[in-house]
Amino acid sequence: MSQVFENVVCKFCGCLCDDITVEVEDTHISKVKKACPNGRGMFLDYDSSYSKPFVDGKEASWDEAIAASVDILNKADSPLIYGLSSTSSEAQRKAVELADILGAVIDSTSSVCHFPTSLAFQAIGEVTCTLGEVKDRADLLIFWGCNPLVSHIRHFTRYSANAKGRYIKNGRKGRTVVVVDVRPTPTSKVADLFIQIKPGTDYEVLTSLRALVNGKELEKDVDGVATEDLEKLVDLMKGCNYGVASFGMGLTMSAGRQYNVGELFTLVVELNKFTRFSAMPMRGHGNVAGADQVLSWLSGYPTAVSFACGVPQIGPGEFTSVDMLANGAADAALILASNPGAHFPYAAAKQLNKIPTIYMAPAGDCKPESATVVLPTACYGIDAEGTAYRMDNVPIRLRSVLQKTRPTDEEILLQFIKAVEKC
Amino acid sequence: MEDYFTLISGRTKKQAAGLHKGPGSPEHLIATSYVEISDADMTRLGVSDGETVKLVSSAGFVELKAFKADLPDGLLFIPMGPAANQLVSAETFGVGMPSFKGQKVKVEPV
Repeated sequence: MSQVFENVVCKFCGCLCDDITVEVEDTHISKVKKACPNGRGMFLDYDSSYSKPFVDGKEASWDEAIAASVDILNKADSPLIYGLSSTSSEAQRKAVELADILGAVIDSTSSVCHFPTSLAFQAIGEVTCTLGEVKDRADLLIFWGCNPLVSHIRHFTRYSANAKGRYIKNGRKGRTVVVVDVRPTPTSKVADLFIQIKPGTDYEVLTSLRALVNGKELEKDVDGVATEDLEKLVDLMKGCNYGVASFGMGLTMSAGRQYNVGELFTLVVELNKFTRFSAMPMRGHGNVAGADQVLSWLSGYPTAVSFACGVPQIGPGEFTSVDMLANGAADAALILASNPGAHFPYAAAKQLNKIPTIYMAPAGDCKPESATVVLPTACYGIDAEGTAYRMDNVPIRLRSVLQKTRPTDEEILLQFIKAVEKC
Repeated sequence: MEDYFTLISGRTKKQAAGLHKGPGSPEHLIATSYVEISDADMTRLGVSDGETVKLVSSAGFVELKAFKADLPDGLLFIPMGPAANQLVSAETFGVGMPSFKGQKVKVEPV
């Protein structure tokens, strides 16, 4: 029997497109409409069939797997809880509660994407807006160090460059698109102005733009970028009705990191003396913004939080997961809806083979051979409902289109909370 | 003269599609196991399209097929994944963020 679901939310990336049509045949998704290739793959490649947990490489019952996990968490002196960005905010909330009880370190995938943005946000502040305002008002769009036509494929059509909005009625013709990047990309090829900078020079270029905005003159080109190009960009920024600077890993992963983002935030603050201007990070995972939100409202900090001393403490470079692993500071790990083995530098990832690890993620996502316990949970947005935060921090309800055959992350974390010993 | 390049890793559509098939799946590994180099650098290194090069950083080394791409000279691109992560150091400069964009890498023809 087939069933059609309209306006389903895709949680692959921070766009959280909520207009997807999903067709279900019995127990699997047979057709997906409107989604980008990334989102379509998430739905069509999903295996909802029942699968059992594994303990030490052997199939186990759920009770046995939960008992083995609780044993690992109880024996650990310095457990690390990592991931969170592809699960629901309800589960994230339980993960923070578990970290508090255990005296653990908790860190989301933000730590290897926009944590520098969070640090800049806490130091400078952030003038920002919703994607609805981008769609309805923005006549100048700057994409700095990001490539949405590859990583956030529908951003252009739903929210930005090509979208027709309330005050931008003719879509792309009513907007100017500027890309700043270190290499030509599919996004730069459709921009009205592409400023190619040298790797690691974002801070210098941003500082130079601030100087120009504030009426100073540049004596020479900035690391190979022509003064005329920067002046042209400043004219666009000061002359627009509503500008939005979207930015990505090009700022946060390059030399300067949080200082790059802080300089962009400061530039945007200063531009508001002349016009309306906002900044917005292009968030990757579907609910990575939710991880920042939940951790911030429960602990005061967005990620890299330790509960070891009984009160939450933030520790960039210490409680961030790459450092916890590379320094041998974690003696057990609970990995929630993430795969650090595929995304961390090898020196950090290999440490996961040396300590007991518990992996919780939808089946198919998680069968690392090194894991001590594998818990194949349901997938929020496909066979479980929950809340996720879009990249502009708007919470969106994820729907369920398939019958759930496995427990959710939240249900498993609740069992951990009831069973573990308070540190 | 030592040939030090700046490596940036990043998303591609095929890399994302490979992740849906599972991290470490053949699709994921194929999509993330090559390096892009500028035309001029390929010529300077004496490497033809599709030939294997050895990439060495302070963190480790990996051998990958090299392909010409529209990149500035001195820049390498590898899709984010296990191959790039062999080269990226776990040094996080006090903020938890490794140099996924900006790792210095030496390139040798094989």
